[in-house]
Amino acid sequence: MPRSRNEPLHWLFAVLGGLVLLFIIAPLAGMALDTSFPELAETARDPEVRQSIGLTLWTSMAATLLLSVAAIPFAWLLARKDFPLKHLVSAIVDVPVVIPHPAAGIALLGILSRDSFAGRTAERFGIEFVGGPAGIVVAMAFVSLPFLINAARDGFAAVPERIERAALNLGASPTRVFFTVSLPLAWRGIVSGLVMMWARGLSEFGAVVVIAYHPIVTPVLIYERFGAFGLKYAQPISVLFILVCLAFFVVIRILTRRQDHVVR
Amino acid sequence: MLSVDALQKRLGDFAMRDVSFDVAEGDYFVLLGASGVGKTVLLETLAGLVVPDGGRIVLDGADITATRIQKRRMALVYQDQALFPHMSVKRNIAYGLPGSSWSRRRAHETVEALAATVGASGLLHRHPGTLSGGEAQRVALARALATQPRCLLLDEPLAFLDARARGRMRGLLRALNRQGHTMVHVTHDYEEALSLASHVGIMENGRVVQTGTPTEVFHHPKSEFVAQFVGIRNFFHGTLEPTPEDGIHRFITHGLALHIATNAQPGPGSLILRSEDITLSQTRTDMSAQNSFLGTVVDIAPSARGVEVIIDIGVEVAALVTERAVEHFHLHCGQKIWAGFKATAARFIEE
Repeated sequence: MPRSRNEPLHWLFAVLGGLVLLFIIAPLAGMALDTSFPELAETARDPEVRQSIGLTLWTSMAATLLLSVAAIPFAWLLARKDFPLKHLVSAIVDVPVVIPHPAAGIALLGILSRDSFAGRTAERFGIEFVGGPAGIVVAMAFVSLPFLINAARDGFAAVPERIERAALNLGASPTRVFFTVSLPLAWRGIVSGLVMMWARGLSEFGAVVVIAYHPIVTPVLIYERFGAFGLKYAQPISVLFILVCLAFFVVIRILTRRQDHVVR
Repeated sequence: MLSVDALQKRLGDFAMRDVSFDVAEGDYFVLLGASGVGKTVLLETLAGLVVPDGGRIVLDGADITATRIQKRRMALVYQDQALFPHMSVKRNIAYGLPGSSWSRRRAHETVEALAATVGASGLLHRHPGTLSGGEAQRVALARALATQPRCLLLDEPLAFLDARARGRMRGLLRALNRQGHTMVHVTHDYEEALSLASHVGIMENGRVVQTGTPTEVFHHPKSEFVAQFVGIRNFFHGTLEPTPEDGIHRFITHGLALHIATNAQPGPGSLILRSEDITLSQTRTDMSAQNSFLGTVVDIAPSARGVEVIIDIGVEVAALVTERAVEHFHLHCGQKIWAGFKATAARFIEE
């Protein structure tokens, strides 16, 4: 881009941008600075905190991985095929983002409770949704799924269709084309969708708390400590949880960093 | 071998109305058409990537109109090659090797042989993003050949290449054709057709309006459109002699020696000459035109841009003149007249 003269208007925009950044950083920094290292260390040793962080991490990962099996092929379909009511289908995919999450939890509770068909069937296989990790997984998956589907769809849409056609022409079956061409080329979009879905899942409070207060996930624990003991007791666990999540994101980003392929 | 019969396809604004042509085994068939007449769609239809609305495609006597893409053995090379950007050149070429029964070593040897065929041996470990246009095109050809196709479908294979790469690619395509590969090549460039085709077809308005050998189509265009489109009425196969005098080469065709100014390599090739560059005179003139031949008028035909006069000077040449010139010379069939052109007006295309 050619360098252009900075107009006063652009300076105003920069100031506004700075305010936005400050708005994000200030509360987090304030909380982090308010928390001493001994407090943090003590919180990290608390078995209830450890358990809840562990539970939150694995349920959100399980939600992401389980749903990705269906969501990624579905995303390809949305990127590549035209079908009747496609706009409606795309809108339905976005519904979990726009509805209030406690309402989503209530809706899920309705179909997963012990009185429901799904609840009874699952119980027969020893799976309890209400008040169990399975319920947490479902609640997390419900509210976070759109992030994966939308990012993966954009990833697939960015793969030139000609490249898939060329693969078909070379005698590859559609299955082989999907796994050897479409999926690797859309990989960046998909990974970013997986990370987004996971992040959204592990931060979920509203839907999870309706289905399973216990076993307790970290967002619920933070809320519980705040309610029972006040701000000072909720801060260290918040900081700890944020640090653990950030560490995971960084590791995932590094592990999935691949060479940028120039698509000709 | 390949027979296309009344193929139809409607895609948005574009319509392929009634495309029919035949390609014999070992042919080099070039389909010429302006940009946007649906040449790519036609190739994709032949390859099975696009389902036609009507018509038939017959390959080796079998109707393959509804055959699965993977079973057609029609290898399509896209204009932009569509190489897999996340795979090495080697894996790109190996992608289309048929069957899983191939051992790793066999596959490796086959890939090396294919790369050698197209002159891409040194590129096997590179990634497509690092290749030049000509290199990518050669890799795409090798990848297509790996499928052992009955027919190669080429979409403007010379379009994005510079002059030198273009010359080499032409040589490669011709060599592949000589090895027995049947080619269907679409382009908007009549020079490609002239230098490569054993047969050409002209596409207009979603139809193939004329097919035949280059000589038949270029010398005897069936319609004004074809004449306009092919643009060139005068072309001759012959040989450029090696020793130039003052940069002027002798080009020998049908026992005639034409003088042309060119930097091209001597050898076999085609000479093209625009009909508007040919001048007529009643006496041998002493102009800068080095080429002057006494010939006989064999045809006079009005055309959209003037009057086309066909003169037999040993070969038939077409001269485009004005109505006034026709009156001035009292032109009529059987008349003797001098036809001339400048050495710089002729263009030589190497084979």
